[in-house]
Amino acid sequence: MLIFLQNAIRCSAAFMYGCLGEIITEKSGHLNLGIPGIMCGGVAGGCLGVSLYMSAIPDPTNPSHILLLLCGILGAILAGALLGAIYAFLTVSLKCNQNITGLALTTFGAGFTEVIMKTLDKTHFSVAATYIAKSPFPFAENLGWFGELFLSYGALVYLAIILAVVAGIILKKTRVGLNLRAVGENPAAADAVGIKVDGYKYGAILLGSSIAALGGFFYVMDLVQGLYNSYQPVEAVGWLAIALVIFTLWRPSLSILGSILFGALYTASNFISVSSSVINALISFVPYVATVIVLLTVSIMGKKNVQPPSSLGQNYFREER
Amino acid sequence: MDFALELKNITKTFGKTVANKDINLSVKKGEILSLLGENGSGKTTLMNMISGIYYPDEGQIFINGEAVSIASPQDAFKYGIGMIHQHFKLVDIFSAAENIVLGVNDGKRFNIKDVNSRVEEIASKYGFEIDAKKKVYDMSVSEKQTVEIIKVLYRGADILILDEPTAVLTPQEIKKLFNVLRKMREDGKSIIIITHKLNEVLEISDRVSILRKGEYIGTVNTSETSESELTEMMVGKKVELKITRTETNFDRPLLEVRNLEVKGDDGSKKVDDVNFYIRGGEMLGVAGVAGCGQKELCEAIAGLRKVEDGLIMHKGESIIGKPAKEIIDMGISMSFIPEDRLGMGLAPNFSITDNMMLKTFRESKETMLTEEDIAGKNAFQVAMLKTWTCIKNIARKPFVDRKSARVRAKALVEKLEVVTPSTETPIRRLSGGNVQKVLVGREIESNPNVIITAYPVRGLDINSSYVIYDMLNNEKAKGTGILFIGEDLDVMMALCDKIMVLCHGKNMGIVHASKTTKEELGLMMTGALDLSEARNKEYGKAKDSNLTEEQWIQHEEISAKEDRVDG
Repeated sequence: MLIFLQNAIRCSAAFMYGCLGEIITEKSGHLNLGIPGIMCGGVAGGCLGVSLYMSAIPDPTNPSHILLLLCGILGAILAGALLGAIYAFLTVSLKCNQNITGLALTTFGAGFTEVIMKTLDKTHFSVAATYIAKSPFPFAENLGWFGELFLSYGALVYLAIILAVVAGIILKKTRVGLNLRAVGENPAAADAVGIKVDGYKYGAILLGSSIAALGGFFYVMDLVQGLYNSYQPVEAVGWLAIALVIFTLWRPSLSILGSILFGALYTASNFISVSSSVINALISFVPYVATVIVLLTVSIMGKKNVQPPSSLGQNYFREER
Repeated sequence: MDFALELKNITKTFGKTVANKDINLSVKKGEILSLLGENGSGKTTLMNMISGIYYPDEGQIFINGEAVSIASPQDAFKYGIGMIHQHFKLVDIFSAAENIVLGVNDGKRFNIKDVNSRVEEIASKYGFEIDAKKKVYDMSVSEKQTVEIIKVLYRGADILILDEPTAVLTPQEIKKLFNVLRKMREDGKSIIIITHKLNEVLEISDRVSILRKGEYIGTVNTSETSESELTEMMVGKKVELKITRTETNFDRPLLEVRNLEVKGDDGSKKVDDVNFYIRGGEMLGVAGVAGCGQKELCEAIAGLRKVEDGLIMHKGESIIGKPAKEIIDMGISMSFIPEDRLGMGLAPNFSITDNMMLKTFRESKETMLTEEDIAGKNAFQVAMLKTWTCIKNIARKPFVDRKSARVRAKALVEKLEVVTPSTETPIRRLSGGNVQKVLVGREIESNPNVIITAYPVRGLDINSSYVIYDMLNNEKAKGTGILFIGEDLDVMMALCDKIMVLCHGKNMGIVHASKTTKEELGLMMTGALDLSEARNKEYGKAKDSNLTEEQWIQHEEISAKEDRVDG
């Protein structure tokens, strides 16, 4: 049971990054279906960072924990921001259709990652992965089950939770958060009171994409211990993360709990003794069913404060004569 | 003189149209100025220049005696100018306070509690009733307006511009609003209020400035003027037009509307207890300032909008609740020309032919066997022939009949002198006037018995307008009933048989076009004159109805019963 919970929580970080990135993007009124591709891009960027760092140090079997993490994170963020910038330029400045742009970006991100990963030197990945997945709390081993359950994960898991909490506070309590929500709800109203609508949209999309990219990096370097075979599982996590946004009702704080639930469902198949492919398949679509149920419930309740941002998916054209 | 705001020789043109020409306007500190004018007289354009949305082509704006340039809404805020638009710009899921503080950056730490108390402070100072924590989606229209007003006060505005603030309010709410405005005036604020209602102008303002067709007519002190003087300044002298009214013999009523009540998109009552009827060969004009329920009335009749209460009868049969297609089949056609012309009724990327087919695609051609075909054939041959025809008809069903549509499109182009390279050119490449000819022409083509047409000549040059008038007159001569929703009073007085005046959804009365005066219509449009109760007979309730009085009562009872079931 403990191992199951541990796995669920570890797994949840991948969802949490993707979900958080999409929440921030959607709060600006942009539906970024490119998140799966951006998470793939995070794999490429992060692994490139790790690979460059490993080839730069004299002893690749004994890297510095912090520098290794920083290089990977930086690489992932840059890749995410780059892909996010493409999306933002197309949808905010050129006002292209958001859905089509996003889907194109997903295809592009996946292919781009496949090319980079095929050419990358992967010899030191397993060493790097052990460092990245190592708990930043060395004293955790002495704390029994508490340490096992709460303090045994890699630094990226804690970063995800911190980001989710901080994002929740910023959105709810600060001027910037209020302005961003206004942009996503009613850009005309925000524009009329002098908020720079396009600036906020660019900011939210770039930030959201960068955070989502970390999810891809985490998946390869922490969750599957550096064993990259194909972009497909990362892309699948990306789609689940988008479903999770709806499941958590666009709330970063709820995204922590939602991610753990999705993580549990994601790992459940490894823990079920009956190794039946049918049951595995059943479990893998439970998250989607859960999302549909949440959507239905919200729709039936018809409460205004749990709806998506009103202008989600619509590009903003300033009224002109 | 101590003017808070002064405009000198302001001119603004959009392309070829002159929206404002040499306008002079001034507001003192602690004064309420009314800006009066018909639709398209340039009031909103002028106010948009003060609030930084447009920039004047010529002229100068002075604030407290200093020449300023207002290039953006931010500049306007800086000079203490706040505009309350007709359409509120609020974020629905935010509370009142959140909406008010949105975009304000005073350098202080953001704390919603401070904002709440500041909002309540402003509210109590001027006598607003507001709950700072209430979410906008729970608010009434009047509360939303309060939020908009406090929003500009919170930013420290000294000059407030209100664009038709009373249009959406109930009489009680208007009273409250006026009390607040008077308190603001005592506090030294300058207020410009745009309105069409003369009684309100006289009640609230200190001075009145009048615009007509983009030109400045004059400013008078409210205490020294009268309703009739203001109306005359607003509508001008009667212009003689060379439009002929086709005289026809009126038939029995085709379309009758009783106690109609329809709600607008925002949930407010847009058509309120309206009664009228149209007889065959009769043209009823509908006058009124824009947004007084004309669109909602058209949509209700065409079956596109839910009817809250009342009856719409076509040849004695209720059409309420019928789908739009069925209403079209009954011979009621609607052509509404919205401001952007292409907005309703035509598909811009389709050709004239395709647009013709949009409305008639259901009538596919069916081949029938005639006596001639079966003459001299034995039973077997006849059976075979029948089967073959049947197969041909079924096979043809799913396909559109492009050939006959093209013929009709060609006829339309020739008849109305539509300027187009061919009938297959996409509509969006045609000029506005030609697009309108196609739209109105298509509606007439379908041989309706009731035509509802709103602003058919909007934006058209004189000659094209006359083509449209002729088309409508021809239809009238054929015995069609026409509901003509127009903008230009002169045209309606020359063209229509009767004119109904709407003022904020209420029927102010129906007058004979040949007997009325422009002043009378102007007074009715502004709500100063109500003729709906003037004569003993209730307006619109046709004496010569297709239904007997018992049948009417029966219909009303049925709809009342349905209401009870709904409730």
